[in-house]
Amino acid sequence: MTNEALSGLRVLEYGNLISAPYCTKLFADLGAEVIKIEDPERGDEARGLGPFAEDTPHPEMSGLFLYLNTNKLGITLNLRSTTGRDIFKELVKQADAFVENNPPKVMEELGLDYESLSQLNPRLVMTSITPFGLTGPYRDYKAHDLHIWQMGGIGYLSTLIYPTVVFTHRHRSRPLRAGGRQADFTAAMHAAVATMTALLAGDAIGSGQQVDLSAQEAVASVGSEAHVPRWTYAGDLEVGERGWIVYPIGLFPCRDGYVNLFCVDDWHWDNLMKLMGNPEWASQEIFKDRFIRGENWQVLEVLLADWFKERSVAEVYQAARRERVPLFPANTVADVLASVHLAERGFFEEIEHPVAGRAKYPGAPYKLSRTPWRVVRPAPLLGEHNEEVYLKRLGFTRQDLVKLRESGVI
Amino acid sequence: MEKFALKGIRVADFSLIWAGPYLTMLLAYMGAEVIKVESMAHLDIVRRSPPWADNIFGIDRAGYFNTYNRNKLSISLDLHHAKGVEIAKRLIAISDILVENFTPRVMPSLGLGYEDAKELRPDIIYISLSGYGATGPLRNDICYGGPQMYQSGLASITGYPDGDPAALPVFYGDPVGGLHGAFAVLAALRHRSTTGEGQYIDLSQWETLLAVMPEAIMEYTLNGRLRPRMGAGDDIMAPHGCYRCKGEIKFVAIAVASDEEWRALCQAMGMPELAADDRFSDRFRRWKNQDELDEILEEWTQNHTPYEVMERLQRVGVAATPSLNVQEFVEEPHLIARGFWVEDDHPEAGKRILPGLPFKLSKTPGQICRHAPLLGGDNDYVYGELLGMAPQEIQGLVEEKVFY
Repeated sequence: MTNEALSGLRVLEYGNLISAPYCTKLFADLGAEVIKIEDPERGDEARGLGPFAEDTPHPEMSGLFLYLNTNKLGITLNLRSTTGRDIFKELVKQADAFVENNPPKVMEELGLDYESLSQLNPRLVMTSITPFGLTGPYRDYKAHDLHIWQMGGIGYLSTLIYPTVVFTHRHRSRPLRAGGRQADFTAAMHAAVATMTALLAGDAIGSGQQVDLSAQEAVASVGSEAHVPRWTYAGDLEVGERGWIVYPIGLFPCRDGYVNLFCVDDWHWDNLMKLMGNPEWASQEIFKDRFIRGENWQVLEVLLADWFKERSVAEVYQAARRERVPLFPANTVADVLASVHLAERGFFEEIEHPVAGRAKYPGAPYKLSRTPWRVVRPAPLLGEHNEEVYLKRLGFTRQDLVKLRESGVI
Repeated sequence: MEKFALKGIRVADFSLIWAGPYLTMLLAYMGAEVIKVESMAHLDIVRRSPPWADNIFGIDRAGYFNTYNRNKLSISLDLHHAKGVEIAKRLIAISDILVENFTPRVMPSLGLGYEDAKELRPDIIYISLSGYGATGPLRNDICYGGPQMYQSGLASITGYPDGDPAALPVFYGDPVGGLHGAFAVLAALRHRSTTGEGQYIDLSQWETLLAVMPEAIMEYTLNGRLRPRMGAGDDIMAPHGCYRCKGEIKFVAIAVASDEEWRALCQAMGMPELAADDRFSDRFRRWKNQDELDEILEEWTQNHTPYEVMERLQRVGVAATPSLNVQEFVEEPHLIARGFWVEDDHPEAGKRILPGLPFKLSKTPGQICRHAPLLGGDNDYVYGELLGMAPQEIQGLVEEKVFY
């Protein structure tokens, strides 16, 4: 019996940067065979983005690319050539799913849109991840991670007066971007769920289908926890204008760093007060329950801040764990890498790569008891698996391969 | 043809708040029968939190709850009652998937852990989405999706270079856990369909957040450096940010990725001479001198509305979009054209616009066809029809506050 959840599944990727590559990484890491197609000259743009191993910009040393492409087979193929497209079509015939994140018109112009490919392989699931989807007035608009975050309704929320960001900029700021590229990742995760759903449906309906994944809609879905019902239920345009809903929630400076307090329920508050030695002010009417504390958060914030600033993060965090207070250190990535808990769970995975060397990567995001997440190979070098795929899979000869290379097809 | 990809899949949903519910929401939209186990005795905090419909408190009037629980069924069942646990077991025995997001000690202590569940249903797919995972020294600590942003270091790379760490304005740890969990569950379903085997899935929300921040983690593991906070800036692109526009608190996001786009931007702003300016003549120089560049851009953007800037710049191939406030968002013509919004009609909350499906599948699109359940609103169907209890038996258990 197989011990890989997705073994036997064949996925093609013609992707770039984050969204399509992370989507197919989730498949590859659970055992699907993912063939990543890169342009022979340019390769995936992520190869040109840092962080680079040894601070050496090199197409095989981008930490971002290395992480996003573990377990995949990598081939080069020029889809702008007729021969390249013919070869691609052969691969499509053998695939269960094809995931791409090119601008909508690119696949259409290449004659490789879902209409055409589904004729070659009616069981194919084709997933297109685009900023705004394959239809609608903005479908051909250009947008990066920054724009999707703003068009998904989340970015603007950073302009509001948030008591969660105390002291240094409690004022209207410009819209922020999330650290890293979270709009792209949000699109990728939804795309993976949608693609897997479509594959599962395949047996029941006897056919493949098209997945139209608009990154904007994925971010909108995630962001609705913070915005849409606030407007359509309560008519509040702005979070935070009426004060905080429940309190104390926020970031508090300690002697040597920050802690995040997240007392959303009344028992959290009771435990916090116990931790603080039940100060006399705590019994005031203005702090009576979580909503009343929310109305009076500005008074309370000063009292709490005075207490925290005298103490160290470690001291407060240890006491909070003991008393079951939702209080957490605001970690840096260095703190995370030093975590005993994560080490005990074996989260970080040491991976050896022929050019970039050995490094720790984020590991399994889930542990499946029978079909574990695993790494069998590092990210592919550009065109590393050309021979394996073209010779063994498609039956080309070694001489063909030379000609294809000379003519710029692969 | 069948519209729902996951029709016939039943989910026993013990999850609360948002991480588990986001997972089961995705399954429910695609047609799984999700049965949410709830109780007045330990009410989901989302039912106890605003926004409430028209600002009137009510556990069936909570906006977030009513958004993330559409298409699901609800039973009221007190698991602190011995009879409640027995009935939960009967539900598990007829379910394909079990979802829970308590701390790891809770379900086993109730007699509802994976070991118990697989006795009842050998091929069950059982997923625990806890803050820290089922093992390790922190496993039983309190955790929420908001603080996870601080604990993972995501907040340390969000915000202004000279400011504090900043959380994202959503409790991002929850959907990230829920989305990864949904993928893992679907993968396990495929494994079950080929082998007949169920399994246990241990998901740590903390770890799923770390999985989506490779830039920062690999920067540290490769070069021992901490990634800086960049506001709305970028590693290599400039200009790249949100610029003030005409109107009250209006912004447009603009990013330039190439020399060609830069020249097009200068033309569109009516400043072709800027393209030849030495300070900005290549990508590196623009990035290096981005502060000066931002000032010049904003002098132009503040005379226009965000939509004017978007139209003008997109026409010449430059990425520009408004930064939408929630009203603009709900009224956004593109989202309306794609039919993204749906009008929910809830018996307590009335008609409200809510977000729709996050992806479009051409043949099995799924549909949001039912409002979020009232607490215990599906007791009769689940207890009566699915578990075969007689009406008197159900009534008796209501009186005993097992169904509460």
